[in-house]
Amino acid sequence: MQKLGLGQAVNQALREEMHRDPNVFIAGEGVGVGIHDNPVFPTFGLLEAFGPERVKDTPVSEAAIAGLAVGAAEAGLRPVIEIMFNPFFTLASDMIVNHAAKLRYLSGGKSSFPLVVRIKSGAGFGAGCQHSHNLEAWAAHCPGLKVVMPATSADAKGLLKSAIRDDNPVIFIEHMGLYFAEMPVPEDDYLIPLGKAEIKRPGKDLTVVTWSGMLGVAMKAAEKLSQENIETEIVDLRTLTPLDKDTILASVKKTGRLIVLHEATRTGGFGGEIAAVVMEQGFKYLKAPLRRVTGPDIPVPASPPLEKFFIPDEDNLIQAAREIL
Amino acid sequence: MEVSEKKKKEMLWTMILSRKFSDSLVVLCKTEGKIPGMMILSTGQEAVGSGVCAALEFDDVIITNHRSHHHLLAKGADPEKIMAEIYCKQTGCNKGKSGTLHLAVPEINAPCTSTVVGGSLPIAVGRAFAQQYRKETAVTVCFFGDGAADEGSFHEALNLASLWQLPVVFVCENNVYAGAQRYDAHTRVKDVAERAKSYGMPGVIVDGNHAPAVYAATLKARQRALDGGGPTLMECKTYRLRGHGESDPQHYQPKDEIKAWQGKNPISRLGKELVESGVITAAELQEMESKAKDIVAEAVRFAEESPFPEARDALEDLYA
Ligand SMILES: Cc1ncc(C[n+]2csc(CCOP(=O)(O)OP(=O)(O)O)c2C)c(N)n1
Repeated sequence: MQKLGLGQAVNQALREEMHRDPNVFIAGEGVGVGIHDNPVFPTFGLLEAFGPERVKDTPVSEAAIAGLAVGAAEAGLRPVIEIMFNPFFTLASDMIVNHAAKLRYLSGGKSSFPLVVRIKSGAGFGAGCQHSHNLEAWAAHCPGLKVVMPATSADAKGLLKSAIRDDNPVIFIEHMGLYFAEMPVPEDDYLIPLGKAEIKRPGKDLTVVTWSGMLGVAMKAAEKLSQENIETEIVDLRTLTPLDKDTILASVKKTGRLIVLHEATRTGGFGGEIAAVVMEQGFKYLKAPLRRVTGPDIPVPASPPLEKFFIPDEDNLIQAAREIL
Repeated sequence: MEVSEKKKKEMLWTMILSRKFSDSLVVLCKTEGKIPGMMILSTGQEAVGSGVCAALEFDDVIITNHRSHHHLLAKGADPEKIMAEIYCKQTGCNKGKSGTLHLAVPEINAPCTSTVVGGSLPIAVGRAFAQQYRKETAVTVCFFGDGAADEGSFHEALNLASLWQLPVVFVCENNVYAGAQRYDAHTRVKDVAERAKSYGMPGVIVDGNHAPAVYAATLKARQRALDGGGPTLMECKTYRLRGHGESDPQHYQPKDEIKAWQGKNPISRLGKELVESGVITAAELQEMESKAKDIVAEAVRFAEESPFPEARDALEDLYA
């Protein structure tokens, strides 16, 4: 099987969907000619393959890029726009939050907005907090949006293809750390449904619910815990909204213990939502209080030791596991 | 306008210092394990920082963007503190919280830097509002690139600043590129300065590779702001000699274009002018160069010998 970084898997999904459907086009800052000349990046080579009619380099104008997607989607095109770094979502957010998410509802179900907002995200680059800020919980708080955060290259390909074919606005968040990790990706045209979590590792003692870049941390911690005969079940959410409550609750029912792990900061983070769902619908399964392992409530600092402190690691997860086992 | 010899020497000096600073970072940022993050340099644009800041008084404020090193050094930032911050060390001007991209030096009235394109403009409006409100004899200068003029924040900020006649000078560094996009690939407006018309303020085009020209234009805009005449949009035409950042291979920048602009180097240009007109001797110019080199070397040494912050320092400084 081919091995691809997550960005390359995104690239493959974009190519396949653009070949399949002439309504699909991409737009964003540097999606055609960029300041990187590196095949690990998601839009590499698309301008050459599809030409400037379908690969639209835009000015530095996030509000206009997002509005372009909203308007074009209403007309039946399928825009896939790129936000260069997650914090710049705020500049696009009026069009996404107040418009993309609401206009179908406001039309009484008559109009639809099949668009995808690809966002590059994640800490770990020493770039500091105006480039690293995980805002998935903001997007998930907007009814009308779907929020997808793949953790593997194979998932990224199948999920992005589903997102492009979905008739709703989808926020598709890519952790840039995963661009540099080669992972197996099936060559064929496959879809992974939005709203379905996946058990990435089965276990009986403890459930860890996670997504995006934190899957790797969960897998490493599970490996270590396994040496002590503690078997961790890892639920990779893949889609935050709609949320696959069934998979989470089934896992908690099986293990009786839950940790939610995410890189984003704690207060108001999506981990709180999962905790609430489990308290409401799975309280009786819990043998111990649940735990959240998250980034601390600070902006992502630039300095390496500070940034390392910010990003949750295996030791943080193992410590939380010991507290509830 | 006649620019004094003293001012010319001052501008030459801060330009030389900026260039030595950038030149050392070109090498250091590629040295494994030394400097984390992106490295965005102002090589070739020194005349803008130096010309503008030479026209300012200490109390005047600058608000800058991701390409800030030449602005801050010209405003009088301590090279050691800046370098240590670029190294993300505890002794850096922001204790490693910022790194190279968001250097904040309030002690020289450069209180914040926004790496969000266009982010500096509305903040400058607010800073200038405070100066007007308190009837201060001071102005705010906002630095931004040509790309930022395509953001909504640019337009909202200019309109409000003009409406309220705030003491702000908007300094656009048109370095021909915004990321990989040439100027004419991101807007059909011929000059950024032309946009001033839409907001009822003067728009002036300045040779951004000639520090005395930048200085003279800034003085005029500053005086106008102090006199209650409101904001000015200054467009400094210059060129980004290096890539957007140091990892940018510049494959979209024509080689002969880079070469042509290297010939318009603002530092050798002013240096030559001053030597030829007898303001300084060739030996004095050499001395300035070697002094700047020493200062930068000392700043690098300071940064390298400084400790990193402790992990738990990450939790400090969030709330006042
Ligand atoms: C809101 C926002 N969008 C995108 C970026 C990424 N980005 C950083 S600099 C830059 C180009 C800016 O060009 P310009 O304003 O002309 O300044 P220059 O880099 O040429 O100095 C872009 C797109 C950003 N930092 N902020």
